[in-house]
Amino acid sequence: MNEDEREPPYLYPDYVGTRLRAPAKPLVNLPGGFHDFPAPLFPRAISQLAHDLTRQHAGEPIGERIIVTGRVLDSDGRPLRNTIVEVWQANAAGRYLDQDDQHPAPLDPNFSGAGRCLTDGDGRYRFITIKPGAYPWKNHRNAWRPAHIHFSLFGSQFRSRLVTQMYFPGDPLMPRDPILRSIPDQAGRERLVSRFDPETTVPEWALAYRWDIVLRGRAATPFEDEP
Amino acid sequence: MSGPLTPSQTVGPFFGVGLPFERGEQTVPPGSAGAIRLEGQVLDGNGEPVPDALLEIWQPDAGFGRTRTDTEGAFGFTTVKRGPVPAPDGRTQAPHLNVTVFARGLLRHLVTRMYFPDETDANAADPVLNLVEAARRETLIAKNCSGVLHFDIRLQGERETVFFAI
Repeated sequence: MNEDEREPPYLYPDYVGTRLRAPAKPLVNLPGGFHDFPAPLFPRAISQLAHDLTRQHAGEPIGERIIVTGRVLDSDGRPLRNTIVEVWQANAAGRYLDQDDQHPAPLDPNFSGAGRCLTDGDGRYRFITIKPGAYPWKNHRNAWRPAHIHFSLFGSQFRSRLVTQMYFPGDPLMPRDPILRSIPDQAGRERLVSRFDPETTVPEWALAYRWDIVLRGRAATPFEDEP
Repeated sequence: MSGPLTPSQTVGPFFGVGLPFERGEQTVPPGSAGAIRLEGQVLDGNGEPVPDALLEIWQPDAGFGRTRTDTEGAFGFTTVKRGPVPAPDGRTQAPHLNVTVFARGLLRHLVTRMYFPDETDANAADPVLNLVEAARRETLIAKNCSGVLHFDIRLQGERETVFFAI
């Protein structure tokens, strides 16, 4: 499988939202190098506490406190240093602080659910948050999204840009979720599932999950499964 | 080796809590020298507005902008127009903005380009526009409406915007 065959297709009818939004015409391929230019530079400073979603209000949010950490790498395994990682998520009850979220679960006055950080010299990111809840959506009868955290990354190149979702190990909703199932192969789906990380847990304080992210490099970069 | 790439997933409908930032639609302050206004609408395959799309614009020497569509699917940016861009094959590309589209229902983001209506000659010689079948090129060229550039993004359908493989 090449890079593109491992990605979800634009049209995946089980995810109803794709039906009127997926382009129907083929994407136009550009010759090599036309998308090899640097990634955007994020135009704002990142505050020091932006990585800690549990300390953005007067009190602490309700929920299971967790540390989410991992490394951001390019496809050659090189760490991406000083690159911005943005996250957003539902609260522990499965509700987003978004006026369009109509799920009748409580908002948490101490949880906004958004964070940003920069990777360190080893490409490592670290967020402190609470474990998000599952929530219903109207895609099909009794549809529920598995618990997930949304991630947005730029990497080093324009073509490195990635928006994706991190899931939690053992979640029984994952095999039923058309958004996760849109990824064609099982190995690809598993790459979105974090693993419990006992070494990063903090006794008497927080559990931890680890999730590494691999971004596209320059188009000229050879990939290991290409001849 | 770090192994294969991390796959994409949709931005979903609730990115509003995390991704937009204050004055993100301005890569330069409104009214500053050379500032231009760009407005448009994101539409689905039925021609209905897409009220939950996130757009990013990027010119490597002119800054990064990010904004979301409103309930009418409308968006706007204040930015600047830069000059021609060298192409990797030694030719010259007409001035353009790189435009990235995220939305609920897009399992991967889409990449397109906005070219300028007052660059007829440069557009005619542009190596990327020339890869696109002639009848679809107009989807990539903004229209000048009383000094405001107008650029709609049609995700699907008869006048579907040209999107580029990433």
